[in-house]
Amino acid sequence: MRRMTLAFASTIALVLVVFGASAQGAPRSAATAGSHTPVTISFWNGFTARELGLINKAVAGFHKQYPWITVKTTGALTADKLTAAIRGGNAPDAASLFETDTLGAFCSSGAFQDLTPYIKRDHLNMNLFPKTIRDYTAYQNKRCAMPLLADTYGLYYNKALFAKAGLKSPPRTVDQLAAYAKKLTQRNKDGSLKVVGFNPLDGWYENAPAHTGPMWGGQWMKGNTSNIAGDPGWAAWLRWQKKLIDWYGYNNLVKWQAGTGDEFSASNAFEVGKVAMNLDGEYRVAFVDAEHPDLKYGTAPLPTSRPSLYGSGFVIGTIMAIPKGSHHPNEAWLLEKYLATNTKALTGLSLGLKNVPSTLPSLKVPAVRKDPHFRVFLDIFANPKSSTQPVLKIGSQNQTLFATFVGKWQAGHVKPQDLHAGLANVDKQINDALKQSGQVP
Amino acid sequence: MTSAPVAGAFAATVARDRRRAKRKAAWRRRGLVLGLLSPWIVGFSVFFVYPLVTSAYLSLTHYDLLSTPRWVGLANYRFMFEDDQLVWPAIKNTLWLMVFYVPAQVLFAFGVALMLTRARRGVGVFRTIFYLPALVPTVAGTLGFVYLLNPATGPVNIALSHLGINGPLWFHSPQWSKPSLTLLGLWGIGNMMIIFLAALVDVSRQLYESAELDGAGPLQRMRWVTLPSISPVILFTLVIGVIDSLQYFTQAYVAASIAVGQSASQSAENLGYPENSTLFYPVLLYQQGFRYFNMGYASAMAMVLLAVALGVTLVILRSSRLWVFYQGARR
Repeated sequence: MRRMTLAFASTIALVLVVFGASAQGAPRSAATAGSHTPVTISFWNGFTARELGLINKAVAGFHKQYPWITVKTTGALTADKLTAAIRGGNAPDAASLFETDTLGAFCSSGAFQDLTPYIKRDHLNMNLFPKTIRDYTAYQNKRCAMPLLADTYGLYYNKALFAKAGLKSPPRTVDQLAAYAKKLTQRNKDGSLKVVGFNPLDGWYENAPAHTGPMWGGQWMKGNTSNIAGDPGWAAWLRWQKKLIDWYGYNNLVKWQAGTGDEFSASNAFEVGKVAMNLDGEYRVAFVDAEHPDLKYGTAPLPTSRPSLYGSGFVIGTIMAIPKGSHHPNEAWLLEKYLATNTKALTGLSLGLKNVPSTLPSLKVPAVRKDPHFRVFLDIFANPKSSTQPVLKIGSQNQTLFATFVGKWQAGHVKPQDLHAGLANVDKQINDALKQSGQVP
Repeated sequence: MTSAPVAGAFAATVARDRRRAKRKAAWRRRGLVLGLLSPWIVGFSVFFVYPLVTSAYLSLTHYDLLSTPRWVGLANYRFMFEDDQLVWPAIKNTLWLMVFYVPAQVLFAFGVALMLTRARRGVGVFRTIFYLPALVPTVAGTLGFVYLLNPATGPVNIALSHLGINGPLWFHSPQWSKPSLTLLGLWGIGNMMIIFLAALVDVSRQLYESAELDGAGPLQRMRWVTLPSISPVILFTLVIGVIDSLQYFTQAYVAASIAVGQSASQSAENLGYPENSTLFYPVLLYQQGFRYFNMGYASAMAMVLLAVALGVTLVILRSSRLWVFYQGARR
């Protein structure tokens, strides 16, 4: 009797071990790739209201192609919510995040699954995407995410204000940008700023080191270490910026800036003509169309310090991933592959959301290229010299630390001769944080 | 011959039974006490002891919220005191609150309460007016102040310009951002003011009359009657104020996010705007724990915060022996 009990217990234990091991094993993609058993998967994403409706429309197209997979979408997802869901064992089958900065943490911890086995299995050609996209969807060569549309940054300029100042075309160099900015600036009788030609203050609207850096070819990293001081582009940007700020007067500019409307409202400074030239994303085209359709404006690549850089810019975008704990990773992969690569789906999403479609073939769709304002951003996106931010385990901490220094610099609280030492100290802080996170030994 | 030992054994048995009965009764009492205390014990263990012990453990690990904590010993504490260049500015900003913000709040609340005790007409209306801001949600109040103190379009600077004064940049200036938050804090002193008001009303009339008979003027009455009488309340508001200042977060977060003028997703990267002048210790702790997935380090910061809060509170309580008077107690 005792032996029988022991044998029974051993058998149960063996079964548990075998099934337990298989449940935790590699993605069951290969095993179930051909399964057409009806299944409902959950897809959590950051979109809401009208935009979520557009996602649902794209998902309906997916369901048409894969009728056995029904997708239940849930909007307003943030990195915090997804973290809590993964920790609680309630992760969705597929997830999409706006916070691309968080990829390093999700990927390095295994909270986002490695998509390489799926990509290999389906022979997906990753060259469908520009290099920038391939860069910001992977962490240290581990591909944990797929892109879902992209944002690119360029220059918006007010044609009426340009004509008034006798200017015909947008600036191509940073020197021209400064000269045009001065020409376009209008002051009130008391000397305060009425219209600003170009606001060089970092931290305002989309003015951030990551967005401005590509104008000077600024690179964040050298290998695994922060290299802001080592790259002459960053210092050149900061010197240029300070010179222009001093021309306006720092306090004047801050005061003017404080009086500008909310970035994502009809009071946006560019839309109401308070700033003549502005750095912004491609999505502004949709805002202008909706809020100020009569505004006469143009779009162009951002001016650069070197002619060879002209036409390039900063690229970033929404990411999609399969979280740890996904019950249907194979079906989730099919959905993400569809949303990332299907030209029809991308065209529909791009036209609806006014974001750049993430594959090179989709850039050529005539409907997407129709609006000349928007077309400029498609070309910036496709430019091989366009760049993105590094994916780090410390998230956006490198950008925050740098932005903090820039804040002091632009206010005149760093002496010009101390610029290099200040940047070197920013590098030190970032490298210390990388070390502390365990990304760098 | 045998009766004496039998009687002795009987007495011993009785004594043993009594002891047993006493012990049983004592256990029953303990059980009852524990039963009555159990809701609190459960709450205290689940919501205080467990998080505290977990936090202490996590402070000795590298923990990114998503993978298993990895033991790193005191590395987080070393990083805090040796490498993290934001900790000291955050500590300095928090100290600023303790030194300027808290006393300003206590003094202002006391002053308003004192005025309200003197008012002869419309006391109810004034009490309501001064208390109302305490009912306004913190975020809404902060948004209101960012609007009021907008250097370009805010009514305050417009009014100042009519007086020929070029108003400051308020939340946009590292010199003025903390004073701006202090103004916001002074506006919301309703709760503190009510506590002072209750204490002032409670001061014995007889003491004032005796002091007057002894020839004490208004200042002397304040010094020798009012302040000693309400000193326990001053101690209470001071301790609560200091603890609040060590946890100061919402106002700083909202003010920096709005003043910087970026979209919500980006403004979270600009906490501490301008130039880290509003980067208070809890803001940095939040940034590390929830923005940078550095929960092990954030836990170490939380442990230090707990130790500092405990230390400061103990110092205040110790010093209170010198300046706090309790009615009926002997000095």
